[in-house]
Amino acid sequence: MSFLNTLFNGISLGSMYALIALGYTMVYGIAKMLNFAHGDVIMVGGIVTLEVMQNFVSGMNPIVGALISLLAAVIICTLLGVVIEKIAYKPLRSASSLAVLITAIGVSYFLQNVALLTFGSKKKMISFAFLDKFDIKINEQLTIQGSTVINIVTMVVIMILLMLFIKFTKAGTAMRAVSEDNGAAQLMGINVNGTISLTFAIGSALAGVAGFMFLGSYAAIGAYSGTMPGIKAFTAAVFGGIGSIPGAMIGGLLLGVIENFAKSILANMQLGTLVDPIVFIVLILVLLIKPSGLLGKQVREKV
Amino acid sequence: MAMLEINDLQVSYGMINAIKGISFSVEKGEIIALIGANGAGKTTTMHTISGLLRPKSGNILFNGVDISKVPAHKIVSMGIAQVPERRRVFSQLSVMDNLKMGAFTRSDAREKEETLEMIFQRFPRLKERANQAAGTLSGGEQQMLAMGRALMSKPQLILMDEPSMGLSPLLVSEVFDIIQSINDAGTTVLLVEQNAKKALSIADRAYVLETGTISLEGKASDLINDDSVKKAYLGE
Repeated sequence: MSFLNTLFNGISLGSMYALIALGYTMVYGIAKMLNFAHGDVIMVGGIVTLEVMQNFVSGMNPIVGALISLLAAVIICTLLGVVIEKIAYKPLRSASSLAVLITAIGVSYFLQNVALLTFGSKKKMISFAFLDKFDIKINEQLTIQGSTVINIVTMVVIMILLMLFIKFTKAGTAMRAVSEDNGAAQLMGINVNGTISLTFAIGSALAGVAGFMFLGSYAAIGAYSGTMPGIKAFTAAVFGGIGSIPGAMIGGLLLGVIENFAKSILANMQLGTLVDPIVFIVLILVLLIKPSGLLGKQVREKV
Repeated sequence: MAMLEINDLQVSYGMINAIKGISFSVEKGEIIALIGANGAGKTTTMHTISGLLRPKSGNILFNGVDISKVPAHKIVSMGIAQVPERRRVFSQLSVMDNLKMGAFTRSDAREKEETLEMIFQRFPRLKERANQAAGTLSGGEQQMLAMGRALMSKPQLILMDEPSMGLSPLLVSEVFDIIQSINDAGTTVLLVEQNAKKALSIADRAYVLETGTISLEGKASDLINDDSVKKAYLGE
């Protein structure tokens, strides 16, 4: 049964990667930039969740308290994402993509250092004991953990809502139009800057959810906690095909499963520390074999 | 007062001056043709009117209001729509979604529905293919879609940039018939074309653009008989 355990843990981890990858992929699709500060927004989401849980809602019913802290994380991350876009990226709209990339890395360091200053350099722990209530016991050997159930359900619900939004609402259709041809979109009267802000808001809100999930899965958070999940989710986005929303989901899930199986196999061989390189080998293989990713569109050069 | 009045407009890309001080006007109800060779600055002029490019100097008055500093997305709701060069339909969006994007700035659902009906009457093909991705349409159909999409904003002035480009002679005639009928229905048209003969045949007046300056202007019926125009643009 350890196979199924590993699989479910992988899907759980992959659900978190998928949510983070969505942020990368949507921003890339619309603003044509890689927001490398995205991982640190997750860290902020995790810290907000932890602080609210420990300081503001400790007397409440744990599930209500968790929902309040999730809401706080989502609101703060959304605002943070929009502010970052306005201050750091918007002035660079016509700059080279390299300048934007370097700026994104700068924003990433900025967020990490603000977190170091305010939150401290030590990781803080919290337990989401209430998640045990969501455990699903299949048989004696196999129990699907509550955090896994919550992660998967959350990811699926968010994915469905997001697809419906993109496909059927006016703002969602405008996003697809901007993603395809930003000049033509302006000729339709679509406010491209507004659309980009909305994209950052959605991506960062999802990062807030991911921060909550991270805390639920790892029970600890620190100023640097966003870096690894950020880079891995970026790998997932590339794996699935950057710019593609279903691609982010599939890439995230696959990467989570691959990582967990690699972890369990390597642990048996006493090589547990090699897990992270495995993930990046996946990135390198994807870039070598199918650079457009599993569901990515073939990039056609304009003539 | 002219509907559109361009005064001493200069537009540059960095150090290169693409438009070197042009002035022209479009009266309500007219079809105005802007003809000229590749690189004369026709598309630059169109993009500047639509707000995608900012002029270096000069101004653009639309119904008396200077729009040269108005952002592109606000110009549509003021009443100027553009059918861009090479159509630029959203190829991954359905035909219907493309048309909906054309009406992005409008809010009254019932009025939008009326405009949509009108466009489907004019272009029955678009109705047949409403749920198909725009990228799967033929070149001619995409041109119809680009025109329908622009009309969805119910513009007072429609800018058409090379609508005949890449179409078969039969379709070219059809496109010009459509432009004529759009104009007959009350929309003012500013038409940029390399197909000078066709453009002059439906236009009221025309301007000849040569490397960023206007070299000739007049009634289309006069220009079509002008020797220098004949030689340079009509291949006679």
